[in-house]
Amino acid sequence: MVQKLDRLKESPSQTAGPYVHIGATPNWVEITGVWNEDLGLVLVGPETKGERIVVQGRIFDGSGTPLKDALVEIWQADAQGLYNSPQEKRGKADPHFTGWGRQPTDGTTGEYRFETIKPGRVPYKDGRLMAPHITFWIVARGINMGLHTRMYFGDEEAANAECPVLARIEHKVRVPTLIASRSEEKGMPTYTFDIRLQGEKETVFFDI
Amino acid sequence: MSDQGPFYQRDRSWHPPAFTPQYKTSILRSPQYPLLSLDNTISEMTGPTFGHNKLGPLDNDLIRNFAKTGDPIGQRIIVYGRVLDENARAVPGALVEFWQANAGGRYRHKKETYLAAIDPNFGGCGRAITDEEGRYWFRTIKPGAYPWPNGVNDWRPAHIHFSVFGHAFAQRMITQMYFEGDPMIWQCPIVSTIPDKKAIEQLIAALDRESTLPMDALAYKFDIVLRGRRSTMFENRMEGN
Ligand SMILES: [Fe+2]
Repeated sequence: MVQKLDRLKESPSQTAGPYVHIGATPNWVEITGVWNEDLGLVLVGPETKGERIVVQGRIFDGSGTPLKDALVEIWQADAQGLYNSPQEKRGKADPHFTGWGRQPTDGTTGEYRFETIKPGRVPYKDGRLMAPHITFWIVARGINMGLHTRMYFGDEEAANAECPVLARIEHKVRVPTLIASRSEEKGMPTYTFDIRLQGEKETVFFDI
Repeated sequence: MSDQGPFYQRDRSWHPPAFTPQYKTSILRSPQYPLLSLDNTISEMTGPTFGHNKLGPLDNDLIRNFAKTGDPIGQRIIVYGRVLDENARAVPGALVEFWQANAGGRYRHKKETYLAAIDPNFGGCGRAITDEEGRYWFRTIKPGAYPWPNGVNDWRPAHIHFSVFGHAFAQRMITQMYFEGDPMIWQCPIVSTIPDKKAIEQLIAALDRESTLPMDALAYKFDIVLRGRRSTMFENRMEGN
């Protein structure tokens, strides 16, 4: 026998199941009076710096049916490209922006919707700037382990073209699965980011 | 020792694969292309923090946090444990959220149709933030097993769902806790998505008689391990060669 490495194994993942909302957004499923408010519903306040945007979309299964029982979390930098996290060593992020959001997909339409700000650019590990992006984490019944992906912005063509992460996607035909289209709705810039779990246009998911 | 490096690569053979046909819902919800391997960037090595000011005094007491007319029906239990990383170090300040069915195996959810009764005094959600040593605990009632539409007669073993935030979004995880000695663990199509028996055993909480509250509540111990980070200690030395 050799010496032991003093390491533990990561706890194995299990599906969030159909009732993830009981734990994550109890008020949304009418379990009221336990939390004051569900965490992560509101990202932006009056003092938050940056361009207000809406990010919305749906998550489709392999039959093209939208998931109506999923939970979506996002994590993003502030308008200056700084994360509001103790692990952020490059500067102090906007104290009025947590950068983290959580929304259920609608029980009827399957839509999720975040009101947030457009993030600034943050560097890749070699110092080159990545294009502005929002990290997504998706859990639901039937998903055995949370899925990580990223949303990029359709109106950032130049930045997207030089993003070192997008450049790592070997099959270029798949890059558009990460890019949200921009439109205006009720005067708000609105990005639509649909996620496909399977099929020809399956979204690129990351092993991070 | 400094551990500011990227996270250890996830051991995907320890986790369930995406496509597990015995769990039918996974068939149409499992990505089929390979995942794109991405060395951690700052977008994954950072993560949100949650202060104690977010929590109320009953957040870790599922026996009282929804009660209307009295205590919920069921076996009173304490669940406690530590959140650690793969380097066996405590993860303080981690938000741990948990949700579960009531003693009859019924969830309080508008889409739940199982015929077992709703308990008017049980909501089924709670949360805690780990202390400096990574410890958390909560009080609840033991959830019941329940049938679910998969096979014509599939049942879930008693379980509590857990959601955990570490210090980085790369550590984000959701899992389930099972109870020592439950034979139904080994008959469950969701448990069996995990290929390795040792990995399944990592999700089974141990009955801890020494931590029980006499004449009050049984205790179960459930530690959770999040991904660990590489040390940067060696890298700095290598640079000059
Ligand atoms: Fe469950």
